Amino acid sequence: MNTVTMSVWRGGREDGGFRDYRVEAEEGEVVLDVIHRIQATQSGDLAVRWNCKAGRCGSCSAEINGVPRLLCMTRMNLFPEGQPITVAPIRAFPIVRDLVTDVSFNYEMARRVPAFAPRPKDPETESDGHYRMQQQDIERVQEFRRCIECFLCQNVCHVIRDPHDTGRAFAGPRFFVRYAELEMHPLDTSDRRELLRRRMGLGLCNITKCCTEVCPEDIHITDNAIIPLKERVADQSYDPIRWLARKLRRGEPDESSAEPAEKVPPPAPD
Amino acid sequence: MAELETHEFDVLVIGAGGAGLRAAIEAHARGARTAIVCKSLLGKAHTVMAEGGVAAALGTVYPEDNWEVHFRDTMRGGKMLNNWRMAQLHAQEAPERVYELEEWGAVWDRTDDGRILQRDFGGHRFARLAHVGDRTGLELIRTLQQHAVAERIDVFMECTVLRLLTDGERVAGAVAYRRENGAFVVFWAKAVVLATGGIGKAYKITSNSWEYTGDGHALALWAGADLIDMEFVQFHPTGMVWPPSVRGILVTEGVRGDGGVLKNAQGERFMFRYIPDMFRSETADTEEEADRWYDDKSVRRTPDLLPRDEVARAINSEIKEGRGTEHGGVFLDIASRRPAESIKRKLPGMYHQFKQLADVDITREPMEIGPTCHYMMGGVRVDAETAAATVPGVFAAGEVAAGLHGSNRLGGNSLSDLLVFGRRAGMAAADYASGFEGGPALDQAEIDRVAAAALEPFERDRGENPYAIQHDLEECMHNLVGIIRTEVELKQALDEIATLRERAGRTAVEGNRQFNPGWHLALDLDPMLTVSECITRAALERRESRGGHTRDDYPTLDPEFGKLNVRVRRNGDGDGVVVDQIPLPEMPADLRALFEEKKP
Repeated sequence: MNTVTMSVWRGGREDGGFRDYRVEAEEGEVVLDVIHRIQATQSGDLAVRWNCKAGRCGSCSAEINGVPRLLCMTRMNLFPEGQPITVAPIRAFPIVRDLVTDVSFNYEMARRVPAFAPRPKDPETESDGHYRMQQQDIERVQEFRRCIECFLCQNVCHVIRDPHDTGRAFAGPRFFVRYAELEMHPLDTSDRRELLRRRMGLGLCNITKCCTEVCPEDIHITDNAIIPLKERVADQSYDPIRWLARKLRRGEPDESSAEPAEKVPPPAPD
Repeated sequence: MAELETHEFDVLVIGAGGAGLRAAIEAHARGARTAIVCKSLLGKAHTVMAEGGVAAALGTVYPEDNWEVHFRDTMRGGKMLNNWRMAQLHAQEAPERVYELEEWGAVWDRTDDGRILQRDFGGHRFARLAHVGDRTGLELIRTLQQHAVAERIDVFMECTVLRLLTDGERVAGAVAYRRENGAFVVFWAKAVVLATGGIGKAYKITSNSWEYTGDGHALALWAGADLIDMEFVQFHPTGMVWPPSVRGILVTEGVRGDGGVLKNAQGERFMFRYIPDMFRSETADTEEEADRWYDDKSVRRTPDLLPRDEVARAINSEIKEGRGTEHGGVFLDIASRRPAESIKRKLPGMYHQFKQLADVDITREPMEIGPTCHYMMGGVRVDAETAAATVPGVFAAGEVAAGLHGSNRLGGNSLSDLLVFGRRAGMAAADYASGFEGGPALDQAEIDRVAAAALEPFERDRGENPYAIQHDLEECMHNLVGIIRTEVELKQALDEIATLRERAGRTAVEGNRQFNPGWHLALDLDPMLTVSECITRAALERRESRGGHTRDDYPTLDPEFGKLNVRVRRNGDGDGVVVDQIPLPEMPADLRALFEEKKP
């Protein structure tokens, strides 16, 4: 047991500030353990989200010494002894209180994803009524489905963070992973490329890979999800026959930039 | 009291884990106006922690598997105390529910011929668990969540139910508060599905999250419903033990399913010394036979994969008799038995978890593990077909319901339970709700009373710290109502729970109603203490040892106790509980025959 100084954000975005706590830390503990000790012994009302405490539910996202991490998977011995450790709420979303933020933007984006639409079964090879898929064909999809929805990728995304982009339609890396998962699902039949281009702001991402760097599940968000999506969208957009067909069919504006056709509510007044 | 936020639904589902989501999807599909209320954000419920897989006799790996074998394994795993009809429905319907998830977007691991792959698990005769690496629960909850969202089912997130409302006879709704701002919400509902999971936060060493405070068990009891089998608490044999902060975190049974073995500090594979008579004819008694079994199902299975109650007790004995590891566990070794690449591919979550939290590379070193409180077999007494509780309009599915698992649950049978009985509960709740016009009147006085009581901790300047009370309760249940029990200790536990109950009536919390965990915990103490008392009283009543209930003073199975369930109910005054015994439903002859033909 040794005593550490934890500098923890208390209050809201405007009225809040860091408050220092001197607290015991035991061998092998993670930051969430120490936050819990503060709750139990010093500030019972310190607000923090957590569930599984094993890196599987993605509830306890925060910024520890400025780095976006899961509180439950960040060991205390990662930090130099004797120096205070700061714990702040993730920055891209409005603060409810202390370490808890309003992540409803993400739930709204989840509602906009057109549902999985599987193909019918093959009457010959799937005559027992059950699909056949090869493991090698689903490995990429399974990588995407590892996502624990911690929203750390959304948090560091500069399109979501930048006030200049606030109000522009942009789904964010978490949902590009979701769209990629559906687009690459061997059974899915829907085409979500137009939606991605026109309403989900895929073009706004300029692949700085900030999202990939913070993913606790090591999903290669940029390389495996976003770039292939951009390629698929570009293929479709620049195909002259498709372009003409689109024009004739819907009279849509021809633009592959991400000027949104539909605005979404601003995610976070920073 | 001021006007409260009020909503009206046909079916209110409490809990958004697998059972709650599946129930809501079904109720919605049948045209009921349906809402889900849950304590966390959507997608964070405890189902996400399930690792190994969903048990279902798909027969993709072993075509000789079928529902009868699964039924038999489930009943024997539960030491024949299961509700036979639930066990039958479960085994029959689980395969359909697994395939259905594939139609909704789940991406299971595959066999070489492109079908759903199945893995070995404790107590299952054949490789039977459909899975996705060691993150099956995440796949299950995400699939159901995405389907429910696509269906536009209303979800009230971060909202805790305090009490069910009744009109004296049938359910009328529920009163809850929003965690974000502490505002009360009234739900007016014709039917309520309880899908609240378990009780593990009453124990010190547990694999369960803060949410597992026995809410549904207590809500049902307070509303007048019967609980049964409350003495049966499952300690999972393999929880992490070191470092202290991770103590209790689950290590999937899939480690043993994929070839890992248990060893004591002397390096001995001790499970061969703990094979009970009931499983002797089908369990290998040499290491050679045990190791062959992974690839050759014509020989007998390894004792490392006996049902969880047997393995947990064996580990407990090894540690007690001085053959434990430095940190009070035993070793789980897969490093010396499987190539590193295969371990990383099949158990990526475990590899990651040990590496990050314990500085242990499981492809090179053994893990240190020990028993951890994991699952509640007991709960709301339900009708097998409809999941209906004994209070009209109340239904229960998943961990909060009792019966399917008897005295001990087999691994993998929980995820299939959620799907099979979640669907049945949603179906029956929707049908029940469509059966009458309008709804029963809400009891405004009761709503006011519940809300006022919930605010009391703010009104005291000085009082008990809710965190300290929870800590003391965890110690009490761990030490006195744990894996091994005695009458003396159970009675002592009852005294301690009574004292804790008094202290819980004097809690004081700081701050205000906005996202205040201290206040939330003060309110969670009520169901936690209620459930702890039910467990302890039921454990006193069952004077035998069976499954997840071991009495040092009654160390053997008693055939008489094998014919009954212990029931716990609210007493007439509503200020305490009464315990009695009710007969176990009797299995029909055709199913009984499955146990008589001596299969190897």
